[in-house]
Amino acid sequence: MRFLRHGLAAVLLAYSSLAAAVLEIEIVGAGENQIPIALVPFGGDEKLAAEINGIVAADLQRSGLFRLVDPAGKSPHEPGEVNYADWQVRGADALSIGQAGVLADGRIEVQFRLLDAVKQIDLGGHAVSAAKGQVRAVGHRIADLIYEKLTGDRGVFSTRIVYVNRLDSRYKLIVADSDGYNEQVLLSLNEPIMSPAWSPDGSHLAYVSFENGHAAVYVQSLYTRQRKLIANFEGSNSAPAWSPDGALMAVVLTRDGSSQIYLVRPDGSNLRRMTFSGAIDTEPHFSPDGQHLLFASDRGGSVQIYRMAVSGGPAERMTFGGGNNYSPRYRHDGKVFVFTHRENGRFYIATQDFQTGQMELLTAGGWEKKPSYAPNGKLILYASEGRGRGILATVSSDGRVKQNMFTQSGDAREPVWGPLP
Amino acid sequence: MKKLVISVVLVNFLAACASHPPAETSAPAAENAAPVAATAPAASAAVAVDPLNDPASILAGRSVYYPFDVSTVQEADKPLVQAHGKYLAEHADRKVRLEGNCDERGSNEYNLALGQRRADGVKKMLELSGAKAAQLESVSYGEEKPRASAHEEAAWSQNRRTDLNYSK
Repeated sequence: MRFLRHGLAAVLLAYSSLAAAVLEIEIVGAGENQIPIALVPFGGDEKLAAEINGIVAADLQRSGLFRLVDPAGKSPHEPGEVNYADWQVRGADALSIGQAGVLADGRIEVQFRLLDAVKQIDLGGHAVSAAKGQVRAVGHRIADLIYEKLTGDRGVFSTRIVYVNRLDSRYKLIVADSDGYNEQVLLSLNEPIMSPAWSPDGSHLAYVSFENGHAAVYVQSLYTRQRKLIANFEGSNSAPAWSPDGALMAVVLTRDGSSQIYLVRPDGSNLRRMTFSGAIDTEPHFSPDGQHLLFASDRGGSVQIYRMAVSGGPAERMTFGGGNNYSPRYRHDGKVFVFTHRENGRFYIATQDFQTGQMELLTAGGWEKKPSYAPNGKLILYASEGRGRGILATVSSDGRVKQNMFTQSGDAREPVWGPLP
Repeated sequence: MKKLVISVVLVNFLAACASHPPAETSAPAAENAAPVAATAPAASAAVAVDPLNDPASILAGRSVYYPFDVSTVQEADKPLVQAHGKYLAEHADRKVRLEGNCDERGSNEYNLALGQRRADGVKKMLELSGAKAAQLESVSYGEEKPRASAHEEAAWSQNRRTDLNYSK
């Protein structure tokens, strides 16, 4: 369990999103080496520039890897206008400058440049444009480019998440930007919804709905909104997971007597049974190379994580030691998996390295469940509790930076991070 | 018969700590729920109250409870399940939905599976007591529809149950 060494005060950012839902993000902790960066508001359209600046600043701050330096009165927009001494004195290692404007047809166009204030070199310029009204997308793209240039890793600011909101007995399946904005309600029911799963290309969601009186699996297109009921056998049909090539899914069915794992095509055809334990086998997740499945099973007497080949065969136990383990998910590089660990009545988010078998707890323990990696492997999204209700939270993969997201009223549950766009 | 009543009551008390929630225990079996006779003259058979609607009948109990992480029907609940099985055997037109539930201490999917195992266990016992498979449906709500939602045993014990839901 990591404690937060730098004692950075919680930063509260409260906004109203376009959908008029109140969103609040609370960040605690800081990365080991934060990059000090000055984001100089772009020249051109002042209002647009201020809005973009706010989005980029929030994104970079949320990653925990950047410390924002106040430009304090200096506003260069071109490289020729930059006096590096100004920025060294302010302690900035990097600064971004540029221009932002709206064309006659409403299209947004930005040119920006990143500069290394220490080495005093131009790190390169970018042009980012988007359709009318897509300011947030522009801001996220800029944040991605800055993040990638300065950390060497892919940015995930342009990704989306899915989660379930429960308020009294109303359940909604919601897709939102990874910062919680732009909520789109995909499904709204008076019966539970659970276990959403992104198709690898982000075009479809599989999920479990109880609208037929029991758990059944649907696959729905995010573009057409059309959906197909793909598993509706006797008992419970649940835990959908997609293979990395999108051609195959794993599901859990009780049709043959206990919760077992099956493979099926995304249209519901070609059902093939994978596990034959007679115990509870559930929560399958495909490896990035599509060759293996991690899953949770109580076949050994307590719920633990196992791995088996997609081609079939015996399962290998992965988690040992005290406690129970659930909800395994591979990291994108296949070297680590994240899961829920329960011990002494508390739920933790934990990771385990395949090579060393070493388990590490990333959170302080409470009601922390259902972790999923961001597609760059640097952040983990999970369900937590805050202010007496279910909320979404993220933790950095080293455990140092935590973020709580307070979205619309009700309980937020079952979050899953979406793929790179 | 009286002896049977007493032993049922005693077993209920003993099991209270293990699996029964503080509220909502069914009343001990009232032996021989007397059928209410219709006042029609010279009726060949008295019109009986359907025991399913009789609040004094053991059948008024519609929930089976479990200890943590357990899916087998506990001793204290066996008479209830067996009574329902017998009722279903005698009323072939009746159908019942068994709905398994869990407390929140597991992943949502594991709890869905555990709830299904609980419902399936009651279904099997009903069949052994004479109910036909066609009369029975078993489903699970896992932890998704809790009866009580606090993070404590008083709530959890209420949620660890299978409900017998007769269709109208």
